[in-house]
Amino acid sequence: MSFILSSIGKKVAMSLSAFFLISFLLLHVAINFLSVVSERMYNEASHFMGTNPIIQFVMQPILILGVLFHFTLGFVLEFQNKSARPVKYEMKNNQLNSSWLSRNMIYSGLVILAFLGLHFYDFWIPEIQYKYIEFQDPNRHRYFAELTHKFEDPTRVGFYTVSFILLMMHLLHGFQSAFQSLGVNNKFAPGIKKTAWAFSVAIPLTFVFIALFHHLKH
Amino acid sequence: MNLKLKIWRQKNAATKGKIVNYDINEVSSDMSFLEMLDVLNADLTEKGDEPVSFDHDCREGICGSCSLQINGRPHGPDGGTTTCQLHMRKFKDGDSIVIEPFRAKAFPIVKDLIIDRSAFDRVQHAGAFVSVNTSGNTQDANATPINKGDADNAFDAASCIGCGACVAACKNASAMLFVSAKVSQYALLPQGQVEREKRVTDMISQMDEEGFGACTNTGACEVECPKGISITNIARMNREFIKSNLKS
Ligand code: SF4
Ligand code: FES
Repeated sequence: MSFILSSIGKKVAMSLSAFFLISFLLLHVAINFLSVVSERMYNEASHFMGTNPIIQFVMQPILILGVLFHFTLGFVLEFQNKSARPVKYEMKNNQLNSSWLSRNMIYSGLVILAFLGLHFYDFWIPEIQYKYIEFQDPNRHRYFAELTHKFEDPTRVGFYTVSFILLMMHLLHGFQSAFQSLGVNNKFAPGIKKTAWAFSVAIPLTFVFIALFHHLKH
Repeated sequence: MNLKLKIWRQKNAATKGKIVNYDINEVSSDMSFLEMLDVLNADLTEKGDEPVSFDHDCREGICGSCSLQINGRPHGPDGGTTTCQLHMRKFKDGDSIVIEPFRAKAFPIVKDLIIDRSAFDRVQHAGAFVSVNTSGNTQDANATPINKGDADNAFDAASCIGCGACVAACKNASAMLFVSAKVSQYALLPQGQVEREKRVTDMISQMDEEGFGACTNTGACEVECPKGISITNIARMNREFIKSNLKS
């Protein structure tokens, strides 16, 4: 059986794509956070990300593929795992042996997927239209105003917050579990687990903080 | 004490099963769970009904024959215990107890609460063995020094009795804890080195073929395992599998 078709191979692929997506999240949150620190720095960073050809034409497609890969494989695994128990138990007591978060990754994942759809519609599609369809003037000062304008709407901020809480839940199980899937279980494992938990809370909360900051400031 | 039992009854693999209710009275708290079922079966036989079929053998927690999902938990509510070692003092008068077989596609039901766990045997046949010199001058295994940590970990892994509670507990019906215990017990010892790489790939491919699910690291298996097998063994197996694939 080939590595990628095996159960462990799929888990390894899930973990590696998760690490890739988490590193992207870190970069994303860092740039967004600049909008809290300084308008100018945020505009500069966004302009660089939005116009650099390597980022636009190499990194961006890789990222989209990474997202699609992680979600598709997640669904495949979920389907296979569900079919490994065709007749359900009459009585379940799973809450006594495992966390809700670990058992419901597919649901937190689905909400994140819905959010990504909205996020694409909200930010990415207008951006692509602006740059590559309408060929508007690459104004390097527009990004901050666009961002703060989006966060004026309380419904958007609300949905944004809920999505990031779901992302937090997904990461709380997923990030540390990715190390276990890759076979990391040495003396550093407890430290790695705690660091992964800290990141899982800090990244989504920073996104939420940024949204609330601009919403309240407005 | 008097109890209400809700027991899964199923004639054979081909027919559909259902939960049947039984009232059982005057159960002593000193009885083991299986003794309580023996009493029920004696009552049923006396009434001319078919007794409930369930697996058991040693009744002292070492053979791995007993199973049962009791109130939604493999081997019942007590930690680190097999069903044969579970006692009725863990229940109260008037309790209702749901008793089902361990459920997994890879463990088809034979009858009532008896399941076919031969998938585990086939996974073991695929790689859980070592090469032995049969020339007549076989070296004493104790002549090979093994460091204490590895010996302890191998021994802990080897205490798996193959009961299948890990599969029963897992939301994915994954057999990773069982397989990782078997892989670890050999990977840690000098005697297991000859087949080390082939063992892990062969056992995993048999495990997948049997229709067990994949691990999502919920950790339910190690909580329910009557022998306290740790999921660090799963991490070791993942490592062994990745290494073996990188090498080949
Ligand atoms: S790992 Fe534990 S639960 Fe699984 S078969 Fe072995 S003893 Fe039973
Ligand atoms: S009957 Fe042997 S372990 Fe329970």
